[in-house]
Amino acid sequence: MALFTVKDLAIHFGGIRAVDGVSFEVEQGSVFTIIGPNGAGKTTIFNLVSRINDPTAGTITFNGQDITRIPANKVAKLGIARTFQNIELFDNASVLQNMMVGRHIHIGTNLFSEIFRLPSVTRAEIESRRRVEEIIEFLRLQAYRDSPVGSLPYGVRKMVELGRALAAEPRMLLLDEPSSGLNIEETDNIGMWIKDIRDMLGITVLMVEHDMRLVGAVSDRVMALNYGRLLAIGTAGEVQRDPAVISAYLGN
Amino acid sequence: MHFPMKTSYRDDLHLFKDRSSVVLYLFLFAFLIALPFVTGDYVQSQVTFVFINGMVAMGMMLLVGHTGQISLGHAAFFAVGAYTSTVLEIRGIPFLPAFAAAGALSAIIGLIIGLPALRLKGIYLAMATLAFSFIVEEVIVRWSSVTKGNRGMTVPDASIFGFKVSSVTHVYYLSGVVFWLVVLVIINILRSRTGRALGALRDSDVAAESMGINLAMFKTAAFAISAAITGLAGALYAHKLAYISPEQFGIMLSVEFLMIIIVGGLGSLHGAVFGSIFFIVLPQIIVTVKAYLPQKVAELPVLDSATFGVLVILFVLFEPRGLNGYWVRFKAYLSLYPFYRRGMFRRSRIGSADLIKH
Ligand SMILES: Nc1ncnc2c1ncn2[C@@H]1O[C@H](COP(=O)(O)OP(=O)(O)OP(=O)(O)O)[C@@H](O)[C@H]1O
Ligand SMILES: [Mg+2]
Repeated sequence: MALFTVKDLAIHFGGIRAVDGVSFEVEQGSVFTIIGPNGAGKTTIFNLVSRINDPTAGTITFNGQDITRIPANKVAKLGIARTFQNIELFDNASVLQNMMVGRHIHIGTNLFSEIFRLPSVTRAEIESRRRVEEIIEFLRLQAYRDSPVGSLPYGVRKMVELGRALAAEPRMLLLDEPSSGLNIEETDNIGMWIKDIRDMLGITVLMVEHDMRLVGAVSDRVMALNYGRLLAIGTAGEVQRDPAVISAYLGN
Repeated sequence: MHFPMKTSYRDDLHLFKDRSSVVLYLFLFAFLIALPFVTGDYVQSQVTFVFINGMVAMGMMLLVGHTGQISLGHAAFFAVGAYTSTVLEIRGIPFLPAFAAAGALSAIIGLIIGLPALRLKGIYLAMATLAFSFIVEEVIVRWSSVTKGNRGMTVPDASIFGFKVSSVTHVYYLSGVVFWLVVLVIINILRSRTGRALGALRDSDVAAESMGINLAMFKTAAFAISAAITGLAGALYAHKLAYISPEQFGIMLSVEFLMIIIVGGLGSLHGAVFGSIFFIVLPQIIVTVKAYLPQKVAELPVLDSATFGVLVILFVLFEPRGLNGYWVRFKAYLSLYPFYRRGMFRRSRIGSADLIKH
């Protein structure tokens, strides 16, 4: 059975049918990419998965569990982490602290043990710090470890956001346009990292992406959307050759 | 020139950043312990007020600076703490349980105020907490069978295991011990999961929620912790003044608490304490300066409050990081000496992440 299933998902904002009856499945250990023109409803699907929005209809299933209407703060615990199209970092905190927030669901300490700084708290902090350092090394962010993220260049901020999502040790990672705003070299790096995330860390990736070179390089399956409706689904090549997809992009 | 060298993750977890700050704090503790032997009641009283205001300011810092929820109701938590401990102690209950009850009741009320705060932000939250403050003041005035209403109450000496905390020096030491314990508690909160969650939800609530942070729980927790600390400070304040009445806990007090953390620097523990010192010292500077002013000017009734107001505006305009901003730069100057250049830190943003590390 697929790790992640979306069935007949729909959301209407007033008159706008942002997502209009979309169904797809994401296999464990694969990279699944959603493409489509601006306003197609790609980010909205992510927001439905991370429960920022309530769907009008349809179901979302993850790992055999119906997550269509669980509270937003329960999503991470089930093993889904995400990045945001417009980068949502904790700007006043350092790179390290941002990633430590990513460990929130894995640090089991409560307020009382923290106030007294019980040994269990120190132990949990050190364990999480070790995990975070592995990610900092993996993404080569050592030089920025203690810098407040608000002052970092755009490309670095994107990597920090990816690192924070990885710190949550998700089973599935949602990446909303990981290459937007990056130069060619940085985009190639992102492609490398996405493959490593899938192959080395075994994390399933659900991604929204515009850069077709990157899409072709890393995706196992691609889905094209337009006006909230599914246009085509298949390999990157199949979808790119699909007449409906071509006309959607040309008409845009 | 001085480089802190860290060799393990544990180094980052220590309470003090390096050996020189350990030495600095040891000197500070020695100074504070010795103070009553070398100064009289007046100085000790002033430092006691710094301890008490400093506690409130740290509690406010956690809520306003760190979590991003404004409050104009902290005078009410302060009052709840003061009245709870006084009412209980008058009935013969010893200080420690009464003190704990003051913190606990303030925390519970903070929790209740925190709930509507979940739906309110910015100016609306300020109004809601302000309204709460009026309600508390009104309750204290009306419930005169317990609070003696507008006549006020005389506060008995604190009794700790039979020992009477009666002199100015006793109260000084008691406040000092509580103050430093509160510092430790807040640092411990800030450097662990709860503290990070609070800072996270201030900067981006969607991202915080997507990392599994329960916004409602942590926002109300911030209110409860902040209120508890303020309530404890209120209990100490009652013992310091030995007499309490409703008008001591008016809206102006809440405004003053807010000004303390703005002048000190939002989001920094040091700033909360610097701001408290500043607000104790400033009136005395004003008095001193007044002696040199022409009598007509010196007698203007608005002079004091106008000076406060102007200072706050100047800080907001020229050093949003407050007194702590100057402190951070001064430390950078010392540690980089002789390589410090003017304007070196002008454009760089020093986030509260760094500032919060004491
Ligand atoms: N919260 C909302 N309220 C009202 N309309 C919304 C909301 N969120 C999205 N929409 C609308 O839904 C449609 C889809 O938006 P969405 O952000 O999902 O597009 P997208 O495919 O991610 O586009 P882009 O490539 O520009 O990021 C748009 O018309 C948008 O205006
Ligand atoms: Mg989008």
